[in-house]
Amino acid sequence: MLSYIIRRILYAVPILIGVNLITFLLFFMVNSPDDMARAQLGAKQVTPELIQSWKESRGYDKPLFINHKSEGIKKATDTLFVQESLKLFSFSFGFSDANRDIGSDIKERMVPSLAIALPTFMIALITNISLALLLVLFRGSPLDTSMMVVAVMIMSISGLFYIIAGQVLFSKIWHWVPISGYESGWDGVKFIILPVLIGVFAGIGAGVRWYRSIFLEQINQDYVRTARAKGLSELKVLFGHVLRNGMLPILTGVVVIIPSLFMGSLIMESFFGIPGLGSYTIDAINAQDFAIVKAMVFLGSVLYIIGLILTDISYTLFDPRVKLS
Amino acid sequence: MIIKWVIIVLSSSIIMYAGVWNNPHDSEKVKTDTLFTSFSLPPKKLDPVVSYSANEWAIIGQIYEPPLQYNYLKRPYILEPLTLTTLPTIRYLDKDNNEIEEDSKKVAYSEYILELRKDIKYQNHPSFVKNIKGELFYGALDKNSLEEIGTPYDFTKTATRNLRAEDYAYAIKRMAVRQNHSPVLDSMQYHIVGLEKFSQMITQIAKEKKQSHQILDLRSYTIDGVTVIDSHTLHIKVKGKYPQFLFWLSMNFFAPIPWEVDLFYQQDELIAKNITLNWFPVGTGAYYLAENNPNKQMRLLENPNYHGEYYPSLSQKERVKSNVPMELLKDAGFKLPFIQEVIYSLEKESIPLWNKFLQGFYDASGISSEAFDQAVHISSSGNMGLSNEMQDKGIALKGSVEPSIFYLAFNMVDPVVGGYSESAKKLRQAISIAQNQEEYISIFMNERGMAAQGVIPPGIFGHEKGEQGTNKVVYDWVEGKRVRKSLGVAKRLLAEAGYPNGISVKTGKPLKLHYDTTATGPDDRALMDWRRKQFDKLGIQLVIRATDYNRFQDKVRKGKAQLFSWGWNADYPDPENFFFLLYGGNAAVDTDGAGINSSNYKNKKFDTLFNQMKTMKNTPERMQLINEMTEILREDAPWVWGIHPKSLALSHQWYKNVLPHAMANNTLKYKRIDADLRAKKQQEWNQPVISPFILLILFILLIGFLLFRAYHNRQKMVIYKEKH
Repeated sequence: MLSYIIRRILYAVPILIGVNLITFLLFFMVNSPDDMARAQLGAKQVTPELIQSWKESRGYDKPLFINHKSEGIKKATDTLFVQESLKLFSFSFGFSDANRDIGSDIKERMVPSLAIALPTFMIALITNISLALLLVLFRGSPLDTSMMVVAVMIMSISGLFYIIAGQVLFSKIWHWVPISGYESGWDGVKFIILPVLIGVFAGIGAGVRWYRSIFLEQINQDYVRTARAKGLSELKVLFGHVLRNGMLPILTGVVVIIPSLFMGSLIMESFFGIPGLGSYTIDAINAQDFAIVKAMVFLGSVLYIIGLILTDISYTLFDPRVKLS
Repeated sequence: MIIKWVIIVLSSSIIMYAGVWNNPHDSEKVKTDTLFTSFSLPPKKLDPVVSYSANEWAIIGQIYEPPLQYNYLKRPYILEPLTLTTLPTIRYLDKDNNEIEEDSKKVAYSEYILELRKDIKYQNHPSFVKNIKGELFYGALDKNSLEEIGTPYDFTKTATRNLRAEDYAYAIKRMAVRQNHSPVLDSMQYHIVGLEKFSQMITQIAKEKKQSHQILDLRSYTIDGVTVIDSHTLHIKVKGKYPQFLFWLSMNFFAPIPWEVDLFYQQDELIAKNITLNWFPVGTGAYYLAENNPNKQMRLLENPNYHGEYYPSLSQKERVKSNVPMELLKDAGFKLPFIQEVIYSLEKESIPLWNKFLQGFYDASGISSEAFDQAVHISSSGNMGLSNEMQDKGIALKGSVEPSIFYLAFNMVDPVVGGYSESAKKLRQAISIAQNQEEYISIFMNERGMAAQGVIPPGIFGHEKGEQGTNKVVYDWVEGKRVRKSLGVAKRLLAEAGYPNGISVKTGKPLKLHYDTTATGPDDRALMDWRRKQFDKLGIQLVIRATDYNRFQDKVRKGKAQLFSWGWNADYPDPENFFFLLYGGNAAVDTDGAGINSSNYKNKKFDTLFNQMKTMKNTPERMQLINEMTEILREDAPWVWGIHPKSLALSHQWYKNVLPHAMANNTLKYKRIDADLRAKKQQEWNQPVISPFILLILFILLIGFLLFRAYHNRQKMVIYKEKH
C-alpha cells in the first residue's frame, strides 16, 4: 500500500504543475500586473512611478514565462512563473498583495470554516443515511412517496432561500439564535447552530434520494433475504447488512470531499459572518490578489488529490476484496 | 406521561434561561459604553502614508492625529488645531528666502510654522520600551522570543512617550520612500521643497538596505523643505502659494510616525507574523486598535494617555448658521471621548446587518436599497421621512449631501463628441438636456441625490443656490424653480450641430455613440435601458460597451472611450479639488494616464482662471472667478453634470451626538452611548418566542412515536403472516 501511495503522490506533481500553469494563464489573461497594481493602490493619485515601484516590490516586473534579459537557464528560472511555483511546492505561500502572510491567514481562517463544515458534514451524513434507511424500511408506502416528493422540493429550492428564511424565522421572529456572527470555543455554539441546521436541511433532499437509491439496490440482494430468513429484525437487517454493503458507493462520494471541508462555503460564511476560507478566494479574485488566488487553487488541488487517495484507501477498509497495488 | 414530563422539563429550563438568546455580542458589554458597529469591506492598509480609502480612514482616523482637524459642529467645514497650539502661521518668502507680503507677486515659497502642544502622548506600545542605552528593548527579536506573541499587545512591557515635531518630519520622510507606495507622494513632491530629490535618494538607499537585510532608520536623512526647529516646532516649506496645504495637514498622510515604531515594525520576524504598521497602528488619538482581525472583528479601546480635548461649543449665531440642533450641544465642555470601546464586526451581507440593527444589536446603520422602503417614507410632495416602524422604535434619520459628483463625461479628444467647435458644443448641450437626471434620481436612487448644476457640490465654497446656481444651458428658472429645458430645445441644438432628428447631415446616417461602462451585471440592465432611452429621445443610437474595470480604466486613460460615467469624492472642501478635474494640465492623454482630467478637457481661459483661483482665499473675488469658470464649463459641457448623492444614516435613540460630517474621519470621540437604555430596549425587542420550540419538540416526538408504532405493527404483521 505504501508504494501505491508514494506513486500516487508522485503522479500528483505534474498535475499540480499543470493546475498552476492554467491558473497563471487564466489570471494574467484577464489582469495585467499594471491592473493589479491599480487595484491595490486605489483609484486616486495612481501615477506610473507608483505602479512601477509596486510591481518591483512584488516581483511582478519580471516576465511571466521567458526572461529575454537573462542568460542561460535563468531565461526560464528568472520568471514569475518559476519563482512563484517553486515556493508553492514547498508550501510557502508568501505574502498577499496587501502584505499579509498567506499561510498564517489560511491557518486562522481554516478553523471557523471547519467549525461549520465538520458538524454539518457529520450530522448531514448521519441524518441522510438514517432517513434513507427509514424510507427503504417503509418502501412503497405513502410515507416513502410523500418523502420523495418533499426531497425533490427541498432540492429544487435555492440554498440562499433557506439561509434567509432561517435567519428570518429563527433569529428575527422567534429570537432563538443570533442572525450572524462567530466566536471561538463554547461561546460560539449559539452562532453555529443555525448555519449547521440550514446546511443539513438544504442537503437532505439530494442526500436522502441518493442514499435511498443505493440501499434499494442492496435490499433485494440474496444476502438480505438470507438475513431475513435467519429471523433478524428489519432494523438489524438494515443497519447490520444493507448499510455495511452500501458503504462502498457512499465512500466514493463522501471521503473525497472530507479534505475540502477546510475550504469552507462562500454563501454560508458570507451570510453568517463566519471568518472562514469560503470567501477568501473570491475576495482575492475581486481584489486581483494573485498571490492568494494561486495559493488557494494550489491548496484546493492538493486537498482534492488527498481526498482521492483517502477514498482508495478507504475501499480496502470496507471491502477486503480490494487490494491497492 | 412521558410527553408531559418532557414539556415540564423543557418549559422550566427555558424559563430558567430567560434573557436575550439572539444577542451576537457579549451581554455584559452591552451595558457599558461600547459602540457596536460593522464593516463590510475589510481594510487592507492601515499605514497612514499609504491608506486612501474611506473604510480604512474610518478606523485610522480615530487612532492617528495629524496636526489639524475639522470642527465637528461648524458649517461650512473649517479647520482647527488638533495637536497644534494654534493654526499654522504662514510666512511668504521670495526666491532668496526673504520674507515678503502675502500679496506680493514675488512669492516663491510659503513656509508653514507648526507649533505643537506639549501634553500629547502616544498610546502604550512595546516599541517605546528602551534599554539603558536608549535603544529599543524589543529591537532584536528572534523567532523563539515571538512564540507566544500574536499582537504587539502580547509583549510584557509597553511604554509611551511625548509627541515631538520630529515625528511629523519622520512621517513625511516615510512618505518619500517609494517602496511604501504612498499615493500622495507624487502630488506632494510637486509642493514640498526638496521632497522629490529626497525621494530619489532615499528610495535608492531603501533598496540597498533591503537587499542587505538592514533596517532603514530615516532619522539620519533630512528633507530641505522640512525642518525640525525644536522638539515642538516644525517648519514645512512649500513651493509658491498653496493654501490647500492646510487641508492636507488634516489628513492621515501627515500623521506622526515615531522612529521607534518604524524601526520596531521593520523586523523580519514580526513581519512574518503579520505584525506590521499596516495592521497595528500606533498613534496619539482617542483610541488604539486593540484587536485587528479584518476577517471577523476589529476593536478600538480608549487610549488611556489621550490628551485633554473637550466637546466643542457654539455661540447662538454659529449654531443657527451651522443649523445645529440644541441637543447636539448638551455635552459641550465635557472631556472626550465618551465611548470607551468600539467593536467593528464584519458583515458582508446587508440583510443580516439590517436585521441586527432593527434588533438593536448595532447602534447605527446605513440604508441599503433592499431596506429603503421599510425605513423611509417619501411623501407625495417628495419629502423624505422615517417610516412608522422606525419612528415607533425611536430611530433617527440623518441625511446630508455628499461632497461628491457622479457625471457622464464626453471624451474631448473624440472626433464626434469632443472638440470645441460650435457644433460639437451644441451636440453636447443637446445630450445634456436630454439626460433627465431627476428621473434617474427617482428611479435608481430612491430620491437620494440632487441634480448637479456644475462641478462644485453643496457645502463647498463656490456652490451657488437658487437662480444664480442654475445651469442655464440645461434648465430654465421658472417661478422660483428649476425646470429642465424641453426636448424641443435639445432637438433644435442637435439640428444646429448637424444632426437633425439624430441623422448626420454629412453622411445621412443616424448618429451612433458609444458608451463604455463596467455595469455588466443583470441588475444593471434596467439602468442601461434607461441610458439608451435618454439618447433615443433625440434619435441618437447609443451602443453600450460593457467591459471589466481594468479595460475600462485603460480605455479612459488612453482617451479611447467616447462616453463614460465616473465620479469624484472631495479630498478637502475647496473648489480647487473639483475644478482640477477639468484643468488642461491634468488631461489623461497628455500625462500617460496619470492625469485626473479623464475627459481631456482643455480651455485656455478656464486654465488661466483656475491658476488664479487656486491660490486665493475664500473671498468675493474668488467667488466671482469661480462663477466665471462654472459658466465656461456649462457652455462647453465637457460633462453632463450628473448627481451629487445624498447619504442617509439611521441611528438608535441611545446613540447621541450624531452629526454627519463629510470631511472629518475622527468623529467617534464626540459620540455617546446611553448603555442602560440600549440594554433595556434590546431586552424588550428580543424576547424569545418559546411556543414554536415546544411545538417542534412535540412534533418530533409524535413523528417518532408514529414511526415506532408503524415499525412494530410491520414486524408483528410479518410474524402474524408467517404464523398463518
